[in-house]
Amino acid sequence: MNLSLLASALPGAFRKLDPRVMVKSPVMFVVEVGAVFSTVSAILDPSVFAWTIVVWLWLTVLFANLAEAVAEGRGKAQAATLRRTRTETTATLPDGGEMPASDLRPGDLVVVVAGQVIPGDGDVVEGVASVDESAITGESAPVIRESGGDRSSVTGGTTVLSDRIVVRITAKPGESFVDRMIALVEGASRQKTPNEIALNILLAALSIVFLAATVTLQPFAVYSGAPQSVIVLVALLVCLIPTTIGALLSAIGIAGMDRLVQHNVLAMSGRAVEAAGDVNTLLLDKTGTITLGNRQATRFLPLAAVDEADLADAAQLSSLADETPEGRSIVVLAKQAYGLRERETGELPQAEFVPFTAQTRMSGVDLPDHQVRKGAAATIMAWVHEFGGQTDTTLTRTVDTVSEAGGTPLVVAERRGGSARALGVIALTDVVKDGMRERFDQMRAMGIRTVMITGDNPLTAKAIAGEAGVDDFLAEATPEDKMALIKAEQAGGRLVAMTGDGTNDAPALAQADVGVAMNTGTSAAKEAGNMVDLDSDPTKLIEIVGIGKQLLITRGALTTFSIANDVAKYFAIIPAMFAGVYPTLSSLNVMRLATPESAIVSAVIFNALVIVALVPLALRGVAYRPSSAAALLRRNLLVYGVGGLVAPFVGIKLIDLLVSQIPGLGR
Amino acid sequence: MPDSLAGLLQVGVLILALGLAWRPLGDYIARVFTSERHLAVERLTYRLIGVDPDGDQRWPVYARAVIAFSVVGVVLLFVLQRVQAHLPFSLGLDNVPTALAFNTAASFVTNTNWQAYSGESTMGYVVQAAGLAVQNFVSAAVGLSVAVALIRGFTRSRTDRLGNFWVDLVRGVVRVLLPLSVVAAIVLIACGAVQNLSDNTVVTTLLGHHQTITGGPVASQEAIKQLGTNGGGFYNANAAHPFENPGPFSDLFSVFLLLLLPVALTRTFGRLVGDVRQGVAVLATMTLLWGVLVVAVTALELHAGTLEGTETRFGIPSSALYAVSTTGTSTGSVNSFHSSYGGVSGGLLILNMGLGEVAPGGVGSGLYGILVLAIVAVFVAGLMVGRTPEYLRKKITGREMKLVSLNILTMPLVVLVGTGIAMSFSAPRSSMLNDGPHGLSEVLYAFMSATNNNGSAFAGLSADTTFYNLALGIAMLLGRFVPIVLTLALAGSLARQQPVPESAGTLPTRGPLFVVMLAGVTVIVAALTFFPVLALGPFAEGLR
Repeated sequence: MNLSLLASALPGAFRKLDPRVMVKSPVMFVVEVGAVFSTVSAILDPSVFAWTIVVWLWLTVLFANLAEAVAEGRGKAQAATLRRTRTETTATLPDGGEMPASDLRPGDLVVVVAGQVIPGDGDVVEGVASVDESAITGESAPVIRESGGDRSSVTGGTTVLSDRIVVRITAKPGESFVDRMIALVEGASRQKTPNEIALNILLAALSIVFLAATVTLQPFAVYSGAPQSVIVLVALLVCLIPTTIGALLSAIGIAGMDRLVQHNVLAMSGRAVEAAGDVNTLLLDKTGTITLGNRQATRFLPLAAVDEADLADAAQLSSLADETPEGRSIVVLAKQAYGLRERETGELPQAEFVPFTAQTRMSGVDLPDHQVRKGAAATIMAWVHEFGGQTDTTLTRTVDTVSEAGGTPLVVAERRGGSARALGVIALTDVVKDGMRERFDQMRAMGIRTVMITGDNPLTAKAIAGEAGVDDFLAEATPEDKMALIKAEQAGGRLVAMTGDGTNDAPALAQADVGVAMNTGTSAAKEAGNMVDLDSDPTKLIEIVGIGKQLLITRGALTTFSIANDVAKYFAIIPAMFAGVYPTLSSLNVMRLATPESAIVSAVIFNALVIVALVPLALRGVAYRPSSAAALLRRNLLVYGVGGLVAPFVGIKLIDLLVSQIPGLGR
Repeated sequence: MPDSLAGLLQVGVLILALGLAWRPLGDYIARVFTSERHLAVERLTYRLIGVDPDGDQRWPVYARAVIAFSVVGVVLLFVLQRVQAHLPFSLGLDNVPTALAFNTAASFVTNTNWQAYSGESTMGYVVQAAGLAVQNFVSAAVGLSVAVALIRGFTRSRTDRLGNFWVDLVRGVVRVLLPLSVVAAIVLIACGAVQNLSDNTVVTTLLGHHQTITGGPVASQEAIKQLGTNGGGFYNANAAHPFENPGPFSDLFSVFLLLLLPVALTRTFGRLVGDVRQGVAVLATMTLLWGVLVVAVTALELHAGTLEGTETRFGIPSSALYAVSTTGTSTGSVNSFHSSYGGVSGGLLILNMGLGEVAPGGVGSGLYGILVLAIVAVFVAGLMVGRTPEYLRKKITGREMKLVSLNILTMPLVVLVGTGIAMSFSAPRSSMLNDGPHGLSEVLYAFMSATNNNGSAFAGLSADTTFYNLALGIAMLLGRFVPIVLTLALAGSLARQQPVPESAGTLPTRGPLFVVMLAGVTVIVAALTFFPVLALGPFAEGLR
C-alpha cells in the first residue's frame, strides 16, 4: 500500500458515504447514522468535546470506506491494463469481409494472421499459430494454439505472432474472458459470499443488542440522576458495535480475490474461493501435478556379463540424438551416475544417428565399429534375434520387474562384428516432484484427503501413490470414473476440488465444488470450471485451498478481535459516564484516564485508529500456516482473542495521555 | 468447622451425587426418547387426545403443537384462578384478580413460576394441584421435548421430520418427571416436609396468640418444583420456609434435585449424537460457569459476613450455593433473599440469569440454550480455523445464523426494553422498595427473572400491580416461546442438511479449548449486553 494508492482511493471513500451504499454494511451504517445525530447535536450545543467526537465518528466511517476503496483500487490498476486490450478491433471474416469485433456472435468464424489481435474468445478450427498471451497472463513467452485437441482455445485481446488461424467465436460480446476478468478485479460483480452473509447476520444481531443496551441506558441514567447527551450515547454505541470487522469485512473479501489474482488465478465467484477453504478432497492429476511431466531414466540394469558402465555408455550413445525428455534424461543420468561427459555432436564424426520412427520403434547410432540401439523390449529383442544374437530369461525377468514397479523398461543392445547382444535395461520411471510428500502431509494435517488420478494401471499407480504420499489413487481413470468419484465424494458430504484442461474434463470440472481450469485448456474446460489458472500449473490447487482458508481465518480473527475490544472500552466509558453520580464506579476506571471527556474521546479515537491499523492485515490476510484445526484455533484465539482483550487497554491509555493535553478535554 | 470448609464439603458431596446420577439417568432419558414402544398408559393418552404417536412432525407442525398446547394451558389456568371461589378445597379464598391470574398462568406455563402473590393466602388446593402442579410437570416436559427435537436436528439428515411433540411430551411426564418426583417427594417427606390435604390449623400459642398453621400437599409440590426447575413455592417464603425445606439435608437435596435433570441431559445429548464427549464438553462449560459463580458469590458473602435475609439454619455457604444454582437453572426457588446479598454478588446472580439460563439452565431449556450459544462459538471459532463453521457435522450457514441470532437477541431485548419502560414511568417506579441503585436492581432482577423464565424475585419490589403483572407476563411468554419456535426452526434447518464428514480440519468441539471458547462467548455476550445497567444497579451499590 502506498500513498498514491491511498490518494486515488480517497474520492471513492467519500462517494461511499451515500447512505444507499452504506446500508449494505449494517454496522457501518449505524455508525453513519450516529455520526449524523451527533453532528446535529454538536451544532445545537457546541463544545470541544462534542466536535472532537463528531470528527472522529465521521473519520471512523471514512476509514472503513477507505479500506474498501483501497482494496478495490488495487484491482483497478489491473483492470485498466486489461481494458486497453479491449480497444476496438476489426475482425476479418473468411470471405475477406470485415466487421467490428463487438458485433461478433458465437458461431462466427474469423481469420487472424500474424500481427493481428484476436477479436474474441473462441476455438481454433483451422491452422496453428504462436500467440502472445502476455496481456492476460503476464507471461511473455508465446504459446502454441492449434485446431483440435486441448490447445485450441484462444482469448480475445491476445496477439497472433506467426501463421494464420481460423477461429470460431464462442463468447457473446461483453461476456468474454477479459470482460469477466475486468469485472472481477474491479470488484464490480462482487456478491456477498455465503459465509460473509452469515457473519453479517451475526454482526447485525450484535449491533441490535448493543443499540438496545445503549438506548435503554438513558432511562436508567435519568433515574440515576445522570442523563447522558446524545453524543456520549452515540460514542458508547459506536465503541460497542463490532466496527472493526464491520469496517474491514468487504475489504477482506476483495483482498482475498485479489490474492488469487496475484497468484495468476481468476475465480469466477467469491463463493468458489470460500469453497476452496472448505475442500475435503483434492483430485490431482498424476502427470504434471504430482510427477514431473515425463518419465525419466532412474536406473541402468545391466545383464550378467555386462559392466554397468558399459551399459551406461551405450545408453548415452544411443540417446545423444534423442531430443525427447526421456532421451535427455538418459544422458543426464549417465552423467550423474557414471560421470560420463556428454559427447558433443562433432566428437563422433563418423557417427550416423538413427532417429526414432513409428516404423522402427527404436533409436540409436551407427558407429564404424559397432551399432547401438535402444527401444521397447519386444522391438530390441527382435533386432537382436535378427542379427544372430540370443536373449535369455534374465532379460525378460528384468523387463518385467521394471514394469511391475510402475516403470517403463527400455532395452539397450549392441552389434559388434556381425553378432548382436542385449546389454541391459534402462528403467524410466515417474519422478515425483520435490516436496510433494511434505505438502500432502500438510494437507492431511488440515484434514484434506488427496486422491491421485492417473491413466496408469493399478500397479503403477499404487507405486507412485505410495512414493508421493497421497491418500488414495484412481487408476486407469476415464472421465466417467472421475465424474463418478466426484459424485461419490459429494454424496458423503465432502467438497471436491480438481484441475482439468481437456474438453472431456469439462463435466467433472463443472461437477466439482472447486474446478480449476488450466488457461492452456479448451474453452469448454474454462467455461465449466469456476477458476482459471493463467499459469496452467495444476499444483496451484494447493495454494488456492490455502488462500480460501486464509480468507475465512482473517474474517474470524478480526471478528474475535473486534468483540474482545469491547471489554476495555466499557472500562473507559462507563466510569466516565457515571462516576459523577456514583463515585464508587471510578474504581472501574482501571486505566486511570484523565477526565470523563478524555476517556470517551480516547475510546472513540482508538476505535477509529484500530481500523486503519488493521487495514494492511485485512488486505494481506492473517498469517496462515497449514496445520490442524485445533492448532490453528489455539494460536488465533491467543493472538486475536487475548490480544484483542489487552490491546485496547494499552491503546486507549496512550491516546488518553495525548488527548488530556488538549484544553477542553483534559483536566 | 469454619463456614468455608463446610461449604466446600457440601459442594463436594453435591458434585459427587450428581456425578453418580449423570450416567444412568442420562442414558435412561436417551432410551426414553428413542424407544419404539409405547406404554399402555401412554397409548391410552394418545387415544384420548386423538394423536397418532407414530406420526413424525415437520418443525412448523411440532412448533404449532407446542404453542397450541401452551395456549390451552394458559387459558385453563387463567379460568381456574378466576373461578376459584366456586371450587372445592379453596380454603375460602376468593377469585384471583384478572391481571394476577394472567401473570400466574403465563408464569407456570412458561416454567417460570414467578409468583406475584403469596402462595398460602391466594391459591386453594385445587388451583395448586390441578393447575399449578400440572403445569410444573408439563412445562418442564415441553422444555425437554424441544431439547430432544433440537438434538434430532443434529442427528437426522435429509429429512424435515423432528419427531412427535405429543409423544415427547407424554414420555417426558410419564417416564421421566413422574417417577423421579415420586421418589423425591418421599425423600422430602422423610426429611420432614409437610404433605396433607387438611384445612389450616389454628393453634393458640404459649403467649395466648392465635396462629394459623397452613398444611397442604407441600412435599409433592416441592419435589417437582425443584426437579422441573419450576421454583414456585407453596409458601411465600419459598424454600426458606421450614415446611418446604426442613433442614440442611433437605436443603442440599433440593439443590441436587434442581441441578439433576439439566446436568443429566448433557449425557443424553452426548448419547443421542453418538459421541458422549460432546456432552461432556457441554457439561464442563456449564460446570465451569456455575463453579466460578459459586466460588465468587460464596467468597464475597463470607467476606461481607452479613446474614440479613439469609435463613440462619443454612448459613452463608448453603445460601450462596442455593442462590447460584437456582439462578443458573431457571428454577427460581430461593432459600435466602437475593436482595440481601452484597451489590456485586447480587449483580452476579442477575448476570447468571443474563447468561440465558445455561449454567446449567432449566430442564431442556438449558441444553437447547447452550447449544444455540455453542453454534455462535463454533461460528466464530470455525472461521478462525479457515472453514465454513460446522457443529456436530452440520454446517452453520446463513440460515442457521439468522435463526441463532434472532434467538440470542430475544432475551436481552425483552429484558432491556422491559426494564427501560418500567424505569421511565413513575407508576412502575413506585413499586420499588428502595431508591437509588438498589431500586434499579429490583426492577432489573424482575425482568431478568421473568424473561429467562427463572421466577425468583429479588424481594423488595411490589410486583402485584397491573403494570408488572402484564409486563412480566408478556416478558415470560416472549422469553419462553420466541426462543422455542426459533430453536425448532433451527432444528428443522439442521435436520434437512447432509452431514459433513469429520476430519483433522474440523474444529474440535470436545476439548478444553472449546469449553473455554464456549464459556467465553456465553459470558462476553451477556456481560457486554448487561454491563451498563449492572453498573448503574448492583455494581454502583456494591463497589467500593
